[in-house]
Amino acid sequence: MQENRTYFLLFHTIHDVLKAEKALKRHGFNFELVPVPRNLSSDCGSCIKLKDRIEDVTPYIEDIELDRCFVFDGKEYKEVKLKADS
Amino acid sequence: MIYLDNAATSFPKPKETVEYANNFILNIGGNPGRSGHTLSTEAARIIFETRERLTTFINGKDSKRLLFTQNGTESLNLAILGLFKEKDHVITTSMEHNSVMRPLTFLEKEKGVEVSIARCSKQGRLDIKEIKRLIKKNTKAVIINHGSNVIGNVQPVEEIKDTVRDIILIVDACQTIGAYPIDIERDNIDILCFSCHKSLYSIQGLGAIYIRDGIKLKPLKFGGTGSKSEFTEQPDFLPDKYESGTPNTPGIASLLGGLTFIEKTGLEHIIKKKMALREVIIKGLSVINGITVYGNPDGKENVPVISFNMKGKLPSEVGYELNKKGIYVRVGLHCSPLAHKTIGTFPEGTVRVAPGYFTGEEEVVKFLEVLREIARK
Repeated sequence: MQENRTYFLLFHTIHDVLKAEKALKRHGFNFELVPVPRNLSSDCGSCIKLKDRIEDVTPYIEDIELDRCFVFDGKEYKEVKLKADS
Repeated sequence: MIYLDNAATSFPKPKETVEYANNFILNIGGNPGRSGHTLSTEAARIIFETRERLTTFINGKDSKRLLFTQNGTESLNLAILGLFKEKDHVITTSMEHNSVMRPLTFLEKEKGVEVSIARCSKQGRLDIKEIKRLIKKNTKAVIINHGSNVIGNVQPVEEIKDTVRDIILIVDACQTIGAYPIDIERDNIDILCFSCHKSLYSIQGLGAIYIRDGIKLKPLKFGGTGSKSEFTEQPDFLPDKYESGTPNTPGIASLLGGLTFIEKTGLEHIIKKKMALREVIIKGLSVINGITVYGNPDGKENVPVISFNMKGKLPSEVGYELNKKGIYVRVGLHCSPLAHKTIGTFPEGTVRVAPGYFTGEEEVVKFLEVLREIARK
């Protein structure tokens, strides 16, 4: 089921989005930068849309302050709490 | 044309400065982090990359704590106006620029902030004992001009922090950044303020400030940040807290070019070359009759900023004669009345000569030749 899941990682500032982008790129993860979906936040910036498993990614972005993370199963978005976020 | 006013702003700039600024203006052009489209994100990437590179350059720990401003003056205003509350005490020195003295004088009048000025020697040297003597219970910070914009002497910042310990150390590094090694960890600097258009080779209109973890300043500006747009309150996270409004992205791109040039050329090589030019000027000035060079011209702790006067002539007259021959120097008080009182050149000021990396030795020789002619008149 993992293959159908997409994660949306939201950060407070574009600086952190780009820091995460740099880390994910370096480790070859499958992701892209997309505008923040309006139903998740009224922010006008970008967020990371991740196609890989979130558990594999979190060790590389531990030092970046995450705002919120959502999982999308093709129908609805559900907020998930990450260990790195606790 | 011989440009010897690099202490005001470096000229010419390296080709990388122009290339990076051009590339941004011609091919990117978006407003960084505001819209989520490709050009906006690309602009934000340039700022991110520059922030990271500049943080590494000063050996900072966290690039989020490096904020871009309009110039060194804005960085110092943010530090000074953002830090002090009523009845706080601050120590500064008699070698400061007006970008420190004017906000402090404003706070003294408006908020009753107590300002003590540590007297420096005629050579501009700060006596650490003097700082120690001035410390009081309510001393919140010490502000030091790292390298004098008048006579080029460099103050021993790491020794100062050893003396003041928990008191916040604010360093004005406008003349030293890129011209003298700076390591905020080794030098124990709490707040570093500087401009980027001098020895970091950005275009004009760019400065920066690094604020050590644990220090909170009141922002100087409030407004749009592209983040938390649903709230009318200023965000509390970095770097957005201190960076409202559209930034000078072409300037930041040009700084990335400047940093690339410094990395390619080597900071040590740049410093060596500029200091060698300084040597030639100092030696040349010492053999012209009637010239007085200020500061400690033979000392090692200097940046290539030289002040002198010619007997029987006002600095403005010397500057006028040089300008007629296409030689550009700065004359007067260099926005630092206290420094001139300290070295004994108030109110006339001095003639200031500042060679840069792109200054040729033959240009310096020509300058000395013209100066000899002026002295004979």
